[in-house]
Amino acid sequence: MTALDQFPITLKHWMLGLSFWPDWLQPILSALLSIGPIILVFALLFGLVTVIERKALGRIQNRRGPNRVGIPFTNVRLAGFGQFIADGIKTLTKEDVVPRAADKVVHFLAPIALVVPVMLAFAVLPYGRNMVALDLPETGLVFFFAVGAATELSVFMAGWSSCNKYSLLGAMRAIAQMISYELPLILSTLTVVMLAGSLSLVSIVQQQESTLALGIHAWNVLTPWGLAGFFLFMVAAAAESNRTPFDLPEAESELVAGYFTEYSGFKFALFFLGEYFGLFAICGLGITLFLGGWTAPFAFLNVVPSWIWFFGKLAFLIGFFIWMRGTIPRLRADQLMNLAWKFLLPMTLVNMVVAAIWHFAGQAGWPGVIRWLFCAAMILGPYWMLGRGLETKVGKRVYRYAS
Amino acid sequence: MSLAFVIIAGLTAASAVAAMALRNLVHCALSLVVMFAGLAGLYLQLGAEFVGFVQVIVYIGAVAILIVFAILLTRGMEQPAPARITTATPWAVSIAVAAFFVMAGAAVNSRKFEKPSAAPALQASPGTSKQGASAISVKSLGVRLMGDYVVPLQVLGLLLTAAMIGAVIIAMPERKGEGGGGEEVDRG
Repeated sequence: MTALDQFPITLKHWMLGLSFWPDWLQPILSALLSIGPIILVFALLFGLVTVIERKALGRIQNRRGPNRVGIPFTNVRLAGFGQFIADGIKTLTKEDVVPRAADKVVHFLAPIALVVPVMLAFAVLPYGRNMVALDLPETGLVFFFAVGAATELSVFMAGWSSCNKYSLLGAMRAIAQMISYELPLILSTLTVVMLAGSLSLVSIVQQQESTLALGIHAWNVLTPWGLAGFFLFMVAAAAESNRTPFDLPEAESELVAGYFTEYSGFKFALFFLGEYFGLFAICGLGITLFLGGWTAPFAFLNVVPSWIWFFGKLAFLIGFFIWMRGTIPRLRADQLMNLAWKFLLPMTLVNMVVAAIWHFAGQAGWPGVIRWLFCAAMILGPYWMLGRGLETKVGKRVYRYAS
Repeated sequence: MSLAFVIIAGLTAASAVAAMALRNLVHCALSLVVMFAGLAGLYLQLGAEFVGFVQVIVYIGAVAILIVFAILLTRGMEQPAPARITTATPWAVSIAVAAFFVMAGAAVNSRKFEKPSAAPALQASPGTSKQGASAISVKSLGVRLMGDYVVPLQVLGLLLTAAMIGAVIIAMPERKGEGGGGEEVDRG
């Protein structure tokens, strides 16, 4: 079974070992053999997810999704899964319209400034045992957030350079939302870093590979702070990647398409790609930090290759996000800010304290069940109180200027 | 001087010049971002991974956004003003030159840090020793920050908190009824 588990690695080594490569080409080739599969796999995933999302939303909204396009010149329809190839060809051949008033250079650079950092984020995620393109043993998580922070500016560039009020409004909303939710996002991951004592994503996964009772792997989500942290992380992740219910920046009923209103053709597709890649990357980070990365839930399931576990969890989380998009309405801007600053941020701070108590209680030798229940109670108390505080804010809206 | 250093340093310097020379304020801010990224690249080249990535998070993720927001909220999309030389220009140039020499002198005359023991290995094989060097730095950075430098850190935090509270108070809308005319008060 290890043969299948390590198949991508052995394949890469075999290709590198072929005798006809000159020595100077080896490092470049090695890098290409790591980068190529990542980009190919995620590009294919992007294509499939666009179709699956449209089909699932159609199902939720009681209508048919795309179900026609299959293999061209034949009657094979593949249940509509040829749609993304047709979409890709369409965006490639469409006219690229740039508004006359637009700032041409910034308008051109914005999609590139979005897609490049988002793709860099895939470099540090461990996809399977020994499968990580760039292992940063000291700064893996910091690298991920650094490239994530770099994407915010591209949103501004797109919105500002389009010289369109919808674009600018969308960009302002997006930036306000991103910097608000970046704080809970980073703070919720800090608990994992505190307990693992490492910023390396690889070693964080390896620590979750140890087994608890009954051969259950010690995923972080099985601890009270990990469970709370996972939910906080996923809420902040949904906001960071502009997914419903946090899709205010591109609210199609108010802002046409938000900050990429004035983009067409392939540049529009690049924004689309960047959004989905951002979603995949942040789901991958959530899996790595809380859901045990490439480890199986039970020790006896280790026979299944590790990369299948990673991508299975990824598919599950993406499906969850699609489901949320079909069922939850969009938040209002003030609700968005209230949730970030009055609920998520205090909860992440409480969670950090709970993680510290968990650590010291473990050192003091508390029995497992009592430690679990005590820490869970310490999270549930503030959760209940902060949630009540949020509820009282949802009252009759006071219009200052419109009344 | 490696080729990578020349490219990064050239890009950094060029974008710094562009940040001063361009007329459109948003373009200036964006070239400033390129300069921040170049600085992060220089840090990475020196093997300071943590500092390099934090540079990106703090300067590109936060400071640049802050600058851009400030420009948008204060200036709007007005046309950039043409360049003009005023009587203040020589003074500004002399102050800038003086500040540069003071800082350069301080940097040159500062206490030399002991060279890390991994320094010879760094030139031999950057891949392995870089990780070793940064392994020391991230942990020790945290320990030093929470140990030796805890008082400056707390003072900084206090200052930032005070600034934030001040900003909130300035931005807070004044209550109706205090001045009688509610509408005028709200606009201010």
